[in-house]
Amino acid sequence: MQLIIESLFNGVAIGSVLLVAALGLAIVFGLMGVINLAHGELMMLGAYSTYVTQLLFKQIPMLKPFYDIYVIVAIGIAFIVSGVVGILLERSIIKRLYGSPLETLLATWGVSLILQQFVRSVPLAYGSGVVVALLIALSSPLLLPDDLLAGTKGKFIKAGTWFLSAIAGITTGGILSSLVSKLGRASARNVDVTAPSWMRGGIEVFGTTFPKTRLLIILITLISVVLVSIFLSKSSWGIRIRAVTQNRSMSDCLGISTETVDVLTFGIGSGLAGVAGVAVSLLGSVGPNVGGSYIVGCFMVVVLGGVGNLLGTIIASLSIGVMTDLIGAGRLLTIWPTMPSPLASTIDFFATTSMARVMIFALIVIFLQFRPAGLFPQKGRMVES
Amino acid sequence: MNNSRKTQAWISLMIWVVIIAAIIAAPAVLPVFRLNLLGRYLSLAIVALGVDLIWGFTGLLSLGQGIFFALGGYCAAMYLQLNSAFEFPNGIPEFFGLYGVEKLPFFWEPFNSPIFALIAIWLIPSLVAGVLGFLVFRNRIKGVYFSILTQASLLVFFNLFNGQQKLINGTNGLKTDVTLLFGQMVGSDVVQRWFFWISAVLVIFAWLFSKWIVRDRFGNILIAIRDDEARVRFTGYNPTIFKTIIFAIAGGLAGISGALYTVQSGIVSPQFMTVPFSIEMVIWVAVGGRGTLLGAILGAVVINYAKSLVSEALPASWMFIQGGLFILVVTALPEGVLGWIQRGGIRNLLVKVGFSRNIATYPKLEIADREDMKV
Repeated sequence: MQLIIESLFNGVAIGSVLLVAALGLAIVFGLMGVINLAHGELMMLGAYSTYVTQLLFKQIPMLKPFYDIYVIVAIGIAFIVSGVVGILLERSIIKRLYGSPLETLLATWGVSLILQQFVRSVPLAYGSGVVVALLIALSSPLLLPDDLLAGTKGKFIKAGTWFLSAIAGITTGGILSSLVSKLGRASARNVDVTAPSWMRGGIEVFGTTFPKTRLLIILITLISVVLVSIFLSKSSWGIRIRAVTQNRSMSDCLGISTETVDVLTFGIGSGLAGVAGVAVSLLGSVGPNVGGSYIVGCFMVVVLGGVGNLLGTIIASLSIGVMTDLIGAGRLLTIWPTMPSPLASTIDFFATTSMARVMIFALIVIFLQFRPAGLFPQKGRMVES
Repeated sequence: MNNSRKTQAWISLMIWVVIIAAIIAAPAVLPVFRLNLLGRYLSLAIVALGVDLIWGFTGLLSLGQGIFFALGGYCAAMYLQLNSAFEFPNGIPEFFGLYGVEKLPFFWEPFNSPIFALIAIWLIPSLVAGVLGFLVFRNRIKGVYFSILTQASLLVFFNLFNGQQKLINGTNGLKTDVTLLFGQMVGSDVVQRWFFWISAVLVIFAWLFSKWIVRDRFGNILIAIRDDEARVRFTGYNPTIFKTIIFAIAGGLAGISGALYTVQSGIVSPQFMTVPFSIEMVIWVAVGGRGTLLGAILGAVVINYAKSLVSEALPASWMFIQGGLFILVVTALPEGVLGWIQRGGIRNLLVKVGFSRNIATYPKLEIADREDMKV
């Protein structure tokens, strides 16, 4: 019994990281038919924002008393950072490529390469400066009154806001690099996020220990899923997003601004990647390649869960998580030790994390033979193509 | 129309003359190190041809060609390892000793035969591609789903090969440069020069073969699948079969390419199955011009040569350049460089900057013309 609980917990813990990462990917994919290969790098940005936040809380005297809650602040910051970068990506590149998903795939891969190299060769302080500049520049059109931005005068004002935000970015970079010494230099080395003291150790229930970080990750996932589902089902923009997901041209005809919906969706999807990045940073060290190790799991979730269905994503990621733990840790052998030897040796062969992935992929391909459109296919009478 | 066909023929003839002249001149001019690099890039051109066949002509974007590339490489390396294993204990390749393996794993046995190895180099990858493709295409999984699945299977194969130290030396890979072939070291200058010639000849054969495939009805169906698969199905064709066949062919080409690349770079390892490498293959084709076979070859050779030059000079900047190239090609130059030239890009550019006068045509005819050449 204890073994089953432990196994289930581990599986849910693995699955919940996958879930929060795949949630953003699935929303964007469902809406725009765009697979964002830079999603892993957006996660990486979220993980690095956690690191930067941690350093800020550690080294700036004003913030020091609040060090214990830096993780919670980091979630918000990571959401904003990844969201802003995601929106920039949508506005500058993906906007031009709607209707050609394969091209989008390649372009987002290019973006992911650039982001990786950016983190390697630009000091984190100035990286944060760039994000601040983007934040100001992208939000200023929303904050300024409309009539100010009209006509020739408006063009100058827009250029002016970009100029001002560039200055703000450089200043931020300069201040950060002088305040926090570690942020001033570029480095390709991995960095480590240390959890505050209240998050270390575990909670013991019925003789089983549950690590607190894992519990926190499950909690973060739970909250994000609940918030996203409330947003999508209750708020008016959420309903618009769902309408566009179902039928873009009809929604356009009915007066929904599909462009705004696109930006919003991409921002939220990318922001969720940032939140996933916080979770990832709590699990291991953070490097420029950290996104790559999670992204394929997210793809599997999207393929298995089907498009445009929250429940599918949840079930798919949790079951992949549980399966990974079952196969990868060889738990079937511990549960059933007297298993016939050929079966036992097969299971033993797959009892590593990487071989578990092999097995799960094979299982998913077999599953797709029966349900090609995933767990919950979209109903409709369209000839897809 | 007639006129533009003629110019096109001239352009490709001229490119071919230049290429063949370069290949003949290269061994005389280049030092062995550069010649070896060029040979490697020529072998990469073969996998690019395969990518062009499935993506440029059939519209299947595979991000997993590295699987078949590496399989071909492993087949070649296994034969070479066995061929020079007699000097090691137990008569099996040296690395087995490190892990305490005394008996050759069963799947190594057939690679004692050179004929089997030569056939396996293209047959095994194309069989794997065929089976994988059939399982996917049968369910009408396509577009982005197909791409993700190929990428996932790439990672799966990577994990599979990376973890198996006792079977195929895992992450260290199999070395070929210190093995023997016809009593000569594979890494020696003489053998490498031969491999350069073999690569050059095989690129031309692969090009002719691809040309033959896309020339008539079979090729037309491939293009039809790319442009409107549902209509192909309604017309009474079964797209699954055609897609499976072309995917298997591309897999076989990737296998040949991988084998040639392995013997020239001296090692095959799971690194051939990393995600970036397989996506790079796509970008060679995209830059060169998808749907133009020559473009695939030129893209592979030129970009790789540029990569080696840039990485020697400024190691950090290649990632930026490559990322920028992806974005630029996709947004600004979707037909690739060669496609752009064939579409009259140079003339249009000259017209735009005012050097050349626009030729008066019937705009409608022009559009119809474009439509049937659309890639």
